[in-house]
Amino acid sequence: MVCDDCHDSDAVVQLTTIKDNVVMQLHLCEKCAAERGVETAVNTLPKHPLGEFLQAVQQQVAAGTPSSGTCTFCGHTMADFRTTGRWGCPRCYSAFEAEIRELLRRVHGSSHHIGRSYNAPQGEAAERASVLGELRDRLRRAIENEQFELAADLRDRIRVME
Amino acid sequence: MMLDLSLVPDGGVGWLDASGPNSDIVLSTRIRLARNIEGFAFAGRAREGERLRILAMVRDAMSRVPSLGGGALFRIDELGTTDRAVLHERHLVSKEIAGLDPQFPLRSGSAIIMTGPLGVMVNEEDHLRLQALRSGFDVHAAYAALDRLDRELGAALPFAFHPEFGFLTACPTNVGTGLRASVLIHLPGLVLTKEKNRVLTSLQQMGLTYRGLYGEGSEVVGNFLQISNQTTLGRSEDELLDLLLRVVRHVVEREEEARRVLLRDAGYIIEDKLWRAYGILRYARSLTFDEAMKFLSSVRLAVGLKLISGLGVYTLNKLLIFSQAAHLASAEGRALTESETNLARARYVRRALEEDAGAVG
Repeated sequence: MVCDDCHDSDAVVQLTTIKDNVVMQLHLCEKCAAERGVETAVNTLPKHPLGEFLQAVQQQVAAGTPSSGTCTFCGHTMADFRTTGRWGCPRCYSAFEAEIRELLRRVHGSSHHIGRSYNAPQGEAAERASVLGELRDRLRRAIENEQFELAADLRDRIRVME
Repeated sequence: MMLDLSLVPDGGVGWLDASGPNSDIVLSTRIRLARNIEGFAFAGRAREGERLRILAMVRDAMSRVPSLGGGALFRIDELGTTDRAVLHERHLVSKEIAGLDPQFPLRSGSAIIMTGPLGVMVNEEDHLRLQALRSGFDVHAAYAALDRLDRELGAALPFAFHPEFGFLTACPTNVGTGLRASVLIHLPGLVLTKEKNRVLTSLQQMGLTYRGLYGEGSEVVGNFLQISNQTTLGRSEDELLDLLLRVVRHVVEREEEARRVLLRDAGYIIEDKLWRAYGILRYARSLTFDEAMKFLSSVRLAVGLKLISGLGVYTLNKLLIFSQAAHLASAEGRALTESETNLARARYVRRALEEDAGAVG
């Protein structure tokens, strides 16, 4: 059977999805399955996930894969992650989304959360987060444009909020 | 600040009472959920002001979280070294948040909320580490209480959640469900029958992992080890719990089988070996931690095999925790040198066994 996605390689995985109460069955090749976050081989789970994870990051960087720079919210970089093995803030998951997706597949065999879903309560904290994010973004631009007076002012406002 | 554990029901060690299922082999079941609050850097990256703000938000939310009713909050960053070590020895806080890991200095704004069976670490690696501890092998009861706490806290505070990646955590190994379920298990039968390594290898093939008594990087002493799920993403909470349940049930059966074989094939040798261990604990004047663990393991096996009667598993569990260095120093009210610790440990173990001695046979 040919892969339903690329119509090229042989399908090795049968993926059943349920969307809006409609059950769909897809037959996928290994590559297309991986793109959808489905791990095909069962024995690929590493024994020491974080060690392999960091090694994978090292290899990526060594191979010159472009990294998406810096998280605008907390200032964390891929280099920081390589040193500490930790992300800086929840927004890092958006800033480094592509890298993280690839690396989560190596660690967990999947990048898709299928556990319980969650909606955060709306309120002061979420609002504060978005204002703070914007202020930090403006601070970064002010420093890049050498507007130091504005930068000092923004930094003071950020400190008050932190 | 002094640590007053009388504020917490059972001093936070109700799980020692050996009341749960299979508690002769499985000492405790622990489940934890890693959660972070949206809009703040993770605790390791956050500035002091941010961490204090998180602590204030959690403190404020406590009144809206029924599961934390009657809970006590301790500021870990205001406790002395011995008190922090006592919390760690009781398995109530991690080594990292207790400031006992040289890699991670004590963090301002770090705290623990305890209700007895439930706890919340604040400003550990993640802003919140929710945990449930139960006696014996009791995965469903532990998770039911924890899930309730998680939903109540999540309604009071905005958790960081990503539609694709799930609950976001500082370390990528915890992302998704943020769930780590583990059992503290005693496997002397598998060690003596040399089956341990085979069983542990098959654990890893099933997506589980094992560690020593005190988590990551700690050594396996006294045949006590912790078994937990390795991955947190790509499987639902129920699937992760079910995996642990099935595999640990199998390990318990293998351990029981090994104990039967030991008794059948080496009855009097085992009986002699285990009674000697009891004799050392009962009369020794100095005991190192590793010795105490080793002999406690033997006596625990003897009680499980019914070779020694009149001695409770509860007493043995208490000895395991209360004969550790920080507990001994805390009881003496001063710091102890290593040799003083060994003398104090032997004295403590002797007295505890003396209380039951009349009934032991």
